[in-house]
Amino acid sequence: MMSNLTRAERANAMVIAGTGAFIGLVMAAAGRGDPMGAHGWIVLAFCGALFFVVGSAYEDPEPTQDRTASYYDDPTKVGILIALFWAVVGMGMGVWVASQLAWPDLRFDAAWSSFGRIRPVHTSGVIFGFGGNALIATSFHIMQRTCRARMPDQVTPWFVLLGFNLFCIVASSGYLMGVTQSKEYAEPEWYADLWLVVVWVVYFVLYIRTLARRNEPHIYVANWYYLAFILVVAVLHIVNNLAVPASLTGAKSYSAFAGVQDAMTQWWYGHNAVAFFLTSGFLGMLYYFLPKRAERPIYSYRLSILSFWGITFFYIWAGSHHLHYTALPHWVQTLGMTFSVMLLVPSWASAGNALMTLNGAWHKVRDDATLRFMMVAAVFYGLSTFEGSFMAIRPVNGLSHYTDWTVGHVHAGAMGWVALISFGSIYALAPVLWRRETIYSWKAVEWHFWLALAGTVIYVFAMWNSGITQGLMWRTYTESGTLAYSFTDTLVAMHPYYVARTFGGLLFLIGACIGAWNVVMTIRRMPSETPERDYPTSSESREPALPAAE
Amino acid sequence: MTILTLLIPVTLVMGAVGLGAFFWSLHSGQYEDLSGDAERILFDEDDKPLAAYPPGHSGTTKEKTP
Ligand code: HEM
Ligand code: HEM
Repeated sequence: MMSNLTRAERANAMVIAGTGAFIGLVMAAAGRGDPMGAHGWIVLAFCGALFFVVGSAYEDPEPTQDRTASYYDDPTKVGILIALFWAVVGMGMGVWVASQLAWPDLRFDAAWSSFGRIRPVHTSGVIFGFGGNALIATSFHIMQRTCRARMPDQVTPWFVLLGFNLFCIVASSGYLMGVTQSKEYAEPEWYADLWLVVVWVVYFVLYIRTLARRNEPHIYVANWYYLAFILVVAVLHIVNNLAVPASLTGAKSYSAFAGVQDAMTQWWYGHNAVAFFLTSGFLGMLYYFLPKRAERPIYSYRLSILSFWGITFFYIWAGSHHLHYTALPHWVQTLGMTFSVMLLVPSWASAGNALMTLNGAWHKVRDDATLRFMMVAAVFYGLSTFEGSFMAIRPVNGLSHYTDWTVGHVHAGAMGWVALISFGSIYALAPVLWRRETIYSWKAVEWHFWLALAGTVIYVFAMWNSGITQGLMWRTYTESGTLAYSFTDTLVAMHPYYVARTFGGLLFLIGACIGAWNVVMTIRRMPSETPERDYPTSSESREPALPAAE
Repeated sequence: MTILTLLIPVTLVMGAVGLGAFFWSLHSGQYEDLSGDAERILFDEDDKPLAAYPPGHSGTTKEKTP
């Protein structure tokens, strides 16, 4: 891996890692006795290790072959592996969080393992760790392939990938120590936020530089989705994290906004994080890997471009649907509700476009679990956006808000859409990247598919039941006008669903572990020859599933 | 709700950037051959960049040597 870097690039990498290690040391010294000090040590260890790894290979021979004649895939490969690692960690945490809700004793009486601390480890672990790394890795792949050009240099992609993971590590370890801004999906404190800004700007510039080098005049639509993801997340992140540190030697900061103003900023961020982190980038994945895997162009390319601009212009106005019936002015709620309903149009355009692409290739969907992952992801995308638009209608939200219905909606989107499209893309990508004919075991992909589908369905149905039961119990009155059920009554009613959810999550987690194993085995199995690409296959003999002419 | 005096302008600026990008894409001929554009991602059998730059080349599209 290091052999692909020139001496000068190795030196650059060492300067960057050395600077990082120095910053870590300063943080450790300045933040003594505060969680910031512990973070300093983590930064020091992370950057020090990188410094050492690069330094020990510094004298190795330089690359001799013409590097511009190939794509630069090393960061993509590492990114995929890191994404799978976070998938197992983040979903493992999810199963633990779910178990705590069913059996609260599973906290084991420690502070670090309390619900409030491990829940954000789950959410950040899956969204940023798993989703974020999958997005970064696939974006590196797609931007080079669709531009028919290599990335402009070899240090920047590493900086983006590893810098982002440093952010993830600081974030998750902080939660366990109780460090949080208490803003959902934006919990990390000020220094982590500042670091992410640096990483993100470099990411954006890298993307633009690659596009500028393109040898293919047309910018394929997937790139627009990724660009929107990067750009909008940058703006949202900066505005929502405007805060004043209580001191420069500690992890505590105070938001620049107060009360409902802060809430509005948070959900303007939160909803667009859903839109541009959990949707836009993953649509980029869908628009590239689904046609590739199905070996047919997207059904309507024109529609894919139209829905891109539709999503981009509608989504940013919808955030206030998270604050129905609050101190937020009524007209702002109505605005959010209106745009949420309008959003259904471009959302279903994408989902429909994906399914229509497969129309006529259903035999491939039947035979190839990788393609089936992508198809089911598109179905769940359609389902969760329909549900979201429905829940955004104020009276409906009056029932769903604060209940598990929201959690059910979240996971229909997060497991059914985000995770399934990522797994499908990883299965399609791994053989291409590592130049293997197929994935190690197609049977394991089948197992993963059915476990993931069963897990998602169990999870979502459990939460729909639990949420609606809960919502209805809360609003049931006796004849004398008092509440019919106590809060404890609702908890008792929800318990069986919590057990079911834990079980569904466990199936999903087992699937993810199988997936990680399968990818690792794909890498480890030495191929007899090095083919240029893989075939969707459903047979042990590694024959193409169908003749290419089909 | 003074916060809206920040959020709405920021949102409008993002929208304007999007609109700018959209007009750029229209004028630079991005949408002239949509079906070809959709098909071309499927052809990359050799999985290599299209043109290799000579060593020491800055690598922008315009300066590309034949
Ligand atoms: C193994 C599968 C999973 C399990 C068992 C699981 C479990 C949980 C649990 C128990 C919660 C807390 C719910 C509550 O506070 O009442 C939660 C929240 C959440 N999870 Fe998961 N999860 C899983 C997979 C995922 C995936 C793959 C993603 C994203 C890609 C995800 C994203 C989220 C988000 C965004 C929340 C916060 C929801 C909210 O605040 O409304 N989860 N999850
Ligand atoms: C048209 C598209 C969508 C609309 C209109 C929409 C609407 C909504 C609404 C109304 C809520 C409940 C807010 C509340 O009562 O607090 C919500 C929550 C949520 N949705 Fe969606 N949704 C859409 C698509 C998606 C997708 C595709 C995902 C993907 C993962 C997603 C993830 C979430 C998350 C994570 C939350 C929980 C936020 C929280 O309270 O922590 N949504 N959405």
